[in-house]
Amino acid sequence: MTLKERMKIARQQMPQRPAEVRAADFDEVNLGFDLRLAQLEAQRCLECKDAPCIAGCPVRLDVPAFLTHLASADLRGAADVLLRDNALPAITGRVCPQEEQCEQVCVRGKGHGCPVAIGHLERFVADWARDSGAATPTQRPAPSGFRVAVVGAGPAGLTAAGELARRGHGVAVFEALHAPGGVLRYGIPEFRLPKAIIDAEVRRLEDWGVEVIPNVVIGRTLTIDELLTQRGFHAVFIANGAGLPVFMNLPGENLKGVYSANEFLTRINLMGAWRFPECDTPVVTARRAVVVGGGNTAMDAVRTARRLGAAEATLVYRRSRTEMPARIEEIAHAEEEGIVFRLLCNPVRILGDEAGWVRGIECVRMELGEPDDSGRRRPVVVPGSEFTIDCELVVEAIGTRANPLLTTTTPDLKLNPRGYIVVDDAGMTSKPGVFAGGDIARGAATVILAMGDGKRAAAAIDAWLRKG
Amino acid sequence: MHKIIAATQIASDVRWLKIDAPLVARACQAGQFVIVRLDDNGERIPLTIAGTDPARGCIDLVIKAIGKTTIALCQLGAGDLIRDVAGPLGKPTEIVAGKHAAVVGGGVGAAVILPIAAALKQASSRVIALTGGHTRDAVLLEIELSRVCDRVIACTDDGSYGFSGTVADCLRDLIAGGDRLDIVYTAGPVPMMRAIAELTRPHAIRTIASLNPIMVDGTGMCGGCRVSVGGQVRFACVDGPEFDAHAVDFGELSERLSAYRSQEQLALRRWNDEHGRLCTRP
Repeated sequence: MTLKERMKIARQQMPQRPAEVRAADFDEVNLGFDLRLAQLEAQRCLECKDAPCIAGCPVRLDVPAFLTHLASADLRGAADVLLRDNALPAITGRVCPQEEQCEQVCVRGKGHGCPVAIGHLERFVADWARDSGAATPTQRPAPSGFRVAVVGAGPAGLTAAGELARRGHGVAVFEALHAPGGVLRYGIPEFRLPKAIIDAEVRRLEDWGVEVIPNVVIGRTLTIDELLTQRGFHAVFIANGAGLPVFMNLPGENLKGVYSANEFLTRINLMGAWRFPECDTPVVTARRAVVVGGGNTAMDAVRTARRLGAAEATLVYRRSRTEMPARIEEIAHAEEEGIVFRLLCNPVRILGDEAGWVRGIECVRMELGEPDDSGRRRPVVVPGSEFTIDCELVVEAIGTRANPLLTTTTPDLKLNPRGYIVVDDAGMTSKPGVFAGGDIARGAATVILAMGDGKRAAAAIDAWLRKG
Repeated sequence: MHKIIAATQIASDVRWLKIDAPLVARACQAGQFVIVRLDDNGERIPLTIAGTDPARGCIDLVIKAIGKTTIALCQLGAGDLIRDVAGPLGKPTEIVAGKHAAVVGGGVGAAVILPIAAALKQASSRVIALTGGHTRDAVLLEIELSRVCDRVIACTDDGSYGFSGTVADCLRDLIAGGDRLDIVYTAGPVPMMRAIAELTRPHAIRTIASLNPIMVDGTGMCGGCRVSVGGQVRFACVDGPEFDAHAVDFGELSERLSAYRSQEQLALRRWNDEHGRLCTRP
């Protein structure tokens, strides 16, 4: 195919279910490419020599090689490249903010062009590899004799586990909850990332020899020191996540019907509360729901509230749409599903009824002032602009802070002033042989950045072990 | 999967389960709890660890059949399996050495104060235990407490056994009778803990309450177990479950505990329908 022919192909659209249908259930919104669409889209790649997309990817996926195989319908070859660089491609293909990473730097996206839909293609090939069994490794590497403990079965921990297992190390992943996946399982709803995908990706890691041990809370059930001195591990990778939810400290915050996004989403995603009473865990549902925040978690929470039956599901965010940290696709999907956006609004008080339940949220209007430390224009209160949104459910999705549970029982781990674990460029902590990554080292970030940390730390752990 | 090693009925609606959980048994200290999930569709519920046997790798749970999950747990016997047991969670109890302590338990609260009493005794404190219930059958663990305490007083609201009156009435009499107490530990229904706190407040006796808010993950991640203590929001699972009883907002705790009452009733009705209405009590 000539360059000119490639340039003529328009970006293929991801097929998705109609908004009015999907807003009433938890089935996946995006339907995925078929082979024809995938091949066509892959042919749009110009196979640039300097391939900026590779550097744009936190796990350094060899995008051009992957797309070259796919463009010629060599799915096996594409899957081999994909799985070599990315331990969880069916997940990243669904939840990565590609528009800020690989696709942002894609040469096809320069000027008024559209970048190659790398994320959608990653998803297509990963799903094919899973369904066809091509992802199952044929042989295991020779055992190195080293054992590594991974704390937390989220994106950083699972990625590190996969990388370490492929290098022949014995890997045990300790998970505090009863099922692996971390934020992928408790945080991201079924309609964006089906649990079956997580299960399949974890099974593939287990095929590589990774052992996942649920219900073990490192820092309580076992300490880091016990892992190293009594349990026969030669190194540890800590990836236990961000942890504690941040609340706004508003009056009325402890009323019934006020949740952190973590609790609301955990009840639904991890515990299946959307199927109550078939599942035992309940969740408060409401005709009118308000979610506070502008990130992907806020989008997930408000779209979930909608699916649980909220006729009015409102998102309250204190800045404007331009500053919203959520992915463009998620914002678009939320709007299509009828979510009401109250931008430049900030809650000041949650109102309750005499039975202790939420009955509304009082907000003030904001306007954007001078840029603050984050470079974004600082929202400033418009005096006297108070107004109330009536609602029976409030979810605060404004972020998390460091979980102290592991760090307080491992006093020799150096922390930064905000309680996150300090690591060097290789991911090593102040404790020899103990590495850390993901949210507990960098603060709340994305799935793919956590995976990048896991990959980097696995390489560093491998080097550290072999050095002796 | 965790195997039930032994199961004993200790009151008409209370069951004592000995469960195989070697890692938990090894690490557990007084005041800590586990999160238990019965089966694949089960909820995660926090249960205090009433005792441990690290050599055999067992923990003890004392469970009152109240809602669907606890009723189902109370139906289990030796050899049955529990899907998930995670712990020990929460901060261990702060144990005072060489002091005069009272441990006050209402109903299954007795299971919370039992390991605390044992730890206090181990630390050479003098320990008086008050274990109370509405009627004689609801007074729990009197014998077990007597093994680790200097004195045990059983209390019944209806006067059918032991001291006639609530544990708060009994504690009031002890204090009025000149019993010098340095510290009081209490666990049980919220109104009872609040009554104990109000009783010790004027005497400035340090009082620790083991709180039982609704909880999901038990590791600080969800914030569902938040309680107001001295005007500050604290998470019972990582900051507690024990707090200064004089600073706890018991009214708010009580209110938050009622959040799922209608769902709990629905779940129980369904469970009863499926089980032929035999099982409001085990």
